[in-house]
Amino acid sequence: MNVHEYQAKALLREYGVAVPPGRLATTPAEAEEAFRELDAPLAVLKAQVHAGGRGKAGGIKLAKSGAEAKKLASELLGMRLRTHQTGPEGKLVRKLYLEAGCDIARELYLGIVLDRAAERLAVIASAEGGVEIEEVAGRSPEKILTVHLDPGLGLMPYQVRRVGYALGLDAEGVRRLEPFLGGLHRLFLEKDASLAEINPLVVTRQGELLALDCKLGFDDGALFRHPEIRELRDPEEEDPREREAKELGFSYVGLDGNIGCLVNGAGLAMATLDMIQVCGGKPANFLDVGGGADKERITGAFKLILRDPKVEAILVNIFGGIVRCDLIAEGVVAAAQELGVSVPLVVRLQGTNAEQGRELLAASGLDLVPADTLREAGEKAVAAAAQKNAEA
Amino acid sequence: MAILCDRSTRLLVQGLGRMGQFHAKLSIEYGTQVVAGVKPGAGGSSVDGIPVFDTVRAAVDATAANASVIFVPAPGAADAILEAADAGLALACCITEDIPALDMLRAKQALRGSKLRLVGPNCPGVVTPGQCRIGIMPAQITRPGPVGVVSRSGTLTYEAVDQLSRLGIGQSTCVGIGGDPIIGTTFVDALALFEADPETRAVVLIGEIGGSAEEAAAEFIRTRMTKPVVAFIAGQHAPSGKRMGHAGAIIAGGKGRAADKIAALEAAGVAVARSPGEIGETLAKRAPELAGNAAPARRPAGRRES
Repeated sequence: MNVHEYQAKALLREYGVAVPPGRLATTPAEAEEAFRELDAPLAVLKAQVHAGGRGKAGGIKLAKSGAEAKKLASELLGMRLRTHQTGPEGKLVRKLYLEAGCDIARELYLGIVLDRAAERLAVIASAEGGVEIEEVAGRSPEKILTVHLDPGLGLMPYQVRRVGYALGLDAEGVRRLEPFLGGLHRLFLEKDASLAEINPLVVTRQGELLALDCKLGFDDGALFRHPEIRELRDPEEEDPREREAKELGFSYVGLDGNIGCLVNGAGLAMATLDMIQVCGGKPANFLDVGGGADKERITGAFKLILRDPKVEAILVNIFGGIVRCDLIAEGVVAAAQELGVSVPLVVRLQGTNAEQGRELLAASGLDLVPADTLREAGEKAVAAAAQKNAEA
Repeated sequence: MAILCDRSTRLLVQGLGRMGQFHAKLSIEYGTQVVAGVKPGAGGSSVDGIPVFDTVRAAVDATAANASVIFVPAPGAADAILEAADAGLALACCITEDIPALDMLRAKQALRGSKLRLVGPNCPGVVTPGQCRIGIMPAQITRPGPVGVVSRSGTLTYEAVDQLSRLGIGQSTCVGIGGDPIIGTTFVDALALFEADPETRAVVLIGEIGGSAEEAAAEFIRTRMTKPVVAFIAGQHAPSGKRMGHAGAIIAGGKGRAADKIAALEAAGVAVARSPGEIGETLAKRAPELAGNAAPARRPAGRRES
């Protein structure tokens, strides 16, 4: 789960990580008021959307007066911000964060991430901040320092010194880095973060360290023990179909083809997309119904798939392990009857209770195309979509 | 021989909810010796004829269990893994999904030096056809034979096994290692076990996009494996727009993509199926001497002891 910059900064503040003074505004009048409260010669207005690359896209503006802040806010609020991370449809700006400007001497990068290969948390640091770290990694990987943390020991003082001196800080700067990085590390552990990234970490002309921009991601699997983090979720930032899928307990990603897919398991779901492409078709979506699929979930999944007007055939591909094919079959029958599915439906059931599932489908009298193997399922779905397309 | 489990395995079940009970029953029907269940507060009772204990220690003391399958819900799953290790078990398969990553980070660290081999979490378990079923795999699709199967995915494992069985190619052991960032048994661990197992004569490896486990497997295959390996990588046509979060990509060194994984595996002499419908056929082509010799599907006679 991702949060907004202003929410991330409130958390940083809580953990003693220095951030510039800031205020949230949702109307131009609030922006003017925020400028006055900040009481600084210069304020930065930052569009609050869950995407990077806001500056280049015009989502970050400078104001030198309350009136200017108000005018800029009226332009920013309600605009659709298109960055390389938002896709062509962009993201609606509904909130602004105003921050007091600061005197920047240097821009650095500092992050903490779970390194799955090393099975350790890793501190990532680079003296090249303010640009995307992937870009630095591609261009000059030697400019990135990775320091692994022992889960038993945590962040050691010598590791902070190593990071600090590698970032080119002086002794005073390294002393200031200790609570800064220490706080970020504590936040990561105590709130079950999955990513904590400060970019840029600014060194001011006065020698202070400040988190100028910050991105925090949280482990969805750990939200059960962090109600305070769950509350930070902004459903408006999520794709409506993906959000609805999440609420029903499965995962959905919309694609641009015409064959709707309903599969159990992420690996098989990806392989089903691959199979359709190999057979010359285009999938309309990725959909993993997960381990506890029942009638309600299957109906919800069908509704979601059918809401996409591009869908001209549906492929149900279930290989039951933990999922029982008889329950899936009941769900397919109920959904088809309730929703009146008008596109061809190719169904493949294998694994746990597959025989009972196939019998249920056969007995339902529904007009569907059974398939035995993955390849057959792919071929039949592509053929059905092509035929539907030809009829139309 | 096989790897990880066989007919001598004495299995206990941690977490006897609806799912745990359902799959314990299927394992018993398959002929697996399911000797105990563990559910705090329910010690002294029994479920489907399986005696239930309050702790793993008590279950091991009473039944000489040597392996565990874990269905405990995510908040307590890492604790259940460590309880299995503390009781001296040799193997634990953790089926539970959505365990907090930091819990697994600490658990994996604590397992260093213990004799427990962890498979998973978020995995379908292990099946040695005709001998032992641990976890949730539909074991009826497996056939005893010479091909080891190792996979990061659950249902795609079944797909690969099914294709092999339909071609008459049996399996020595099928292992789902799980798709989480931190897992107990890696591709490399499983490949090393298959390489050392005299009954395994070839291996099918099922990978997917993300991380760098397939690249590590390719390096192991290139330098250490003598047996033929066939692979499939899921997600060749997945949209690249879905980023897994910023800094993750840096550490992987830009690896993660299906094309890079396929190239690494092919450079190591692995035959990579381009279509998910051709996993079995690719193996049959790579090791034609193994095709069509699978033992018939059979359920071994139950050898339950109480």
